[in-house]
Amino acid sequence: MLSYTLRRILATLPVMAIVALFVFGLLYIAPGDPAAVIAGDQASPADVERIRQSLGLDQPFLVQFGTWLWRILHFDLGTSIFTNLPVVSLIAQRIEPTLSLMTVTLVLTLVIAVPLGVVAAWKAGSWVDRTIMAFAVFGFSLPVFVVGYVLAYVFALELEWFPVQGYTPLANGVLPWLRNLVLPSVALGCVYIALIARITRASMLEVLQQDYVRTARAKGLGQRDILFVHALKNAAVPIVTVIGIGIALLIGGAVVTESVFAIPGLGRLTVDAILRRDYPVIQGIVLLFSFLYVLVNLLVDVVYTLVDPRIRY
Amino acid sequence: MDRRTLLKGLAGAGSLAATGGLSMPALSQGAAARTLRFVPQANLANFDPIWGTQYVVRNAAAMVWDTLYGIDAKLQPQRQMVETEEVSDDGLIWTFRLRPGLKFHDGEPVLSKDVVASLTRWSARDPMGLMIKALQQELTAVDDKTFKWVLKQPYPKLLYALGKNNSPVAFIMPERIAQTDPFKQIADYVGSGPMKFAKSEWVPGAKAVFEKFADYAPRQEKASWLAGGKQMLVDRIEWVVIPDPATAAAALQNGEVDWWESPIPDLAPVLKKNPNISVDIADPLGNVGSFRMNHLHPPFNDVKARRAVLMAMNQEDYMRALVGDDNSLWKPLPGFFTPDTPLYTEEGGEILKGKRDMAAAKKLLAESGYSGQPVTCVVAQDQPITKAMGDVTADLLKQLGMNVDFVATDWGTVGARRAQKTSPGQGGWQMFHTWHAGADCINPAPYTAIRANGDKAWFGWPKSEAVEKEVTAWFDAKNLDEEKAAVKRLSKAAFEDVIYAPTGFFLSYTAWRKTVSGVVKGPLPFFWGVSKTA
Repeated sequence: MLSYTLRRILATLPVMAIVALFVFGLLYIAPGDPAAVIAGDQASPADVERIRQSLGLDQPFLVQFGTWLWRILHFDLGTSIFTNLPVVSLIAQRIEPTLSLMTVTLVLTLVIAVPLGVVAAWKAGSWVDRTIMAFAVFGFSLPVFVVGYVLAYVFALELEWFPVQGYTPLANGVLPWLRNLVLPSVALGCVYIALIARITRASMLEVLQQDYVRTARAKGLGQRDILFVHALKNAAVPIVTVIGIGIALLIGGAVVTESVFAIPGLGRLTVDAILRRDYPVIQGIVLLFSFLYVLVNLLVDVVYTLVDPRIRY
Repeated sequence: MDRRTLLKGLAGAGSLAATGGLSMPALSQGAAARTLRFVPQANLANFDPIWGTQYVVRNAAAMVWDTLYGIDAKLQPQRQMVETEEVSDDGLIWTFRLRPGLKFHDGEPVLSKDVVASLTRWSARDPMGLMIKALQQELTAVDDKTFKWVLKQPYPKLLYALGKNNSPVAFIMPERIAQTDPFKQIADYVGSGPMKFAKSEWVPGAKAVFEKFADYAPRQEKASWLAGGKQMLVDRIEWVVIPDPATAAAALQNGEVDWWESPIPDLAPVLKKNPNISVDIADPLGNVGSFRMNHLHPPFNDVKARRAVLMAMNQEDYMRALVGDDNSLWKPLPGFFTPDTPLYTEEGGEILKGKRDMAAAKKLLAESGYSGQPVTCVVAQDQPITKAMGDVTADLLKQLGMNVDFVATDWGTVGARRAQKTSPGQGGWQMFHTWHAGADCINPAPYTAIRANGDKAWFGWPKSEAVEKEVTAWFDAKNLDEEKAAVKRLSKAAFEDVIYAPTGFFLSYTAWRKTVSGVVKGPLPFFWGVSKTA
């Protein structure tokens, strides 16, 4: 297992290298010019050109790529064209809100979606099942920003339970931290809850038909033990897979959620950087996200061995 | 956990939240009143007002860096850091003396050498600064408080240039910072203005914080825009960047922020209904909408094609697309200069007035030789203003019988593409939309968009000797009457050559909670004189 994990970690290096080349190439050919954005609307073409030269954007592709790669190999993601701050600092400033949002969303999802899926499978065909699945379809169909606005209107503007926007660092206390994250997490989690609930239901339905479940019932085991101890563990592999895939969904959703709730996270940093063509920042974030995604997939593979002892690497 | 325990727990959590038990640590009433939370028009992504000329940078910089002169609400330059100035009879030698007590935020006194370095950096980037630099014989520090500017020929608009509020503003920085290459960004944000920049709290894209500078010595006169006594009545100003307008509106209604610089017109009715919120016109100088046609390539290299578009266009269509049915937010603009300012003129603007004559416009277009080739119209979709105007133009061109190649893209791409002089098929363009702050259109000095000096002109590269002659005449004008006469002739020539197409004059709102007082209308948000009750 240890050697497998090490091999997988080493295998991320060529993946990251391909991602790096792809991202750099894509940004190089993408239209847009940070120098024009910096220079402002009243700038003369000569000013724009002078800024482009000062940023090194007039250099050939290979020179620019080589410089960037050399920096990356020295663990230096470069400096933001616009803020003049190191990309690492910008990411460090923004990573806590995004990780907090994703963590709370993930916890919320697992706490809600898995039991809902289990109950729906247990009561398959009943009104309980149909109601849960109707909610799942509803949650799946609603765009994050619509849910976000509705939640902000009801729970922030009307009821005044939660703030409309912003983020409070965890260091300022758990409750203030949570208070800012409840609405965005629910908004972001809707799709995810729907997805996991449906997968859990489907997976559980299959497992509940198995002989050993019938045996467990015949032995007189309680319904809760059958569902959550025996059946759920055997139904877990596809659920864990979807949770892993869903991390990418969360990253994408975080971009919108952070904009709607004005959370200063990586999602907003990404959007701002793309709109301004702040290449070093975009490259740094994409590398980070791809690394995270590779890491999540590795974790998923490890979790497989825990929930299903038959799986060996 | 049984059902009853769960319900009790939920009810308890609800009560806790409702009673503020989950609230963030509350500031004392006094502290809350001394902190103003402001939502700027855009993200403060960099903080060098010479390197980056975006208005949001200028607005923040006006708190941190002071100016030698400041334009007041009557558009006249008034002394700010300067105590006295003298000009020789021939208008060639200007001698300035700084007022006493000026200090930078690091405690160092403001000296003439700082001014000389700052003006040198500014004049490398500013259009008026470049003109002065071309006339400059020397700019020197005579002593710690006196500096001298010697010119080769008179420049009557010198004080205006030093006090104007258009980007880049002639802000005064310490010499060590001002010696930075004007095309590279500064990393040290020490100024001598009434607020200090809290760099450690800066989260670009999310938050910027400014703290009151205790040693700032304001002038004794009443504040008027960038002039007069900049008295700070709050200790701390937090800029909270909220990219989504609906969220910003909700935050203002909820009391999470105190002042929102630029509410979109769609949300103004909601804010106006709220008894805790005041909504008013932000800047009486407003904005001039425009689209520019490329004078280098067919069909708009022929003035007949450009005039045909002007004959057909209806400014009301553009303005309605921008501001909806709120008539207080727009007016027609058959001219190039800002309405209700001294140099405003409609000379030559008849082509934009009266009933639109589509048939005559089509005839003129045909005379230009246009025969159905695609017209590349590059429109930024991420800017509501350009998107709205672009949609109207696309429809207009189709009505004229033109073959529109509508390129829907983002502002970053438009910024790069409009600089291309190549033909549209090779990455160039024939038309793009933008807008100009009214403050930039009050006279020809900051108005780069009206210039028609060919290759050196703004995007579209219009060339008109008549326009350029009148720009020079305005710079040389000795009094307001001469200025007005020059600008009238300029306007006429600009319409004859169709330097660009003005789509109308529009205003925008600003909104603040009624706990805030002292907000004044102006081309930028002025924070001096603004106070807040808890």
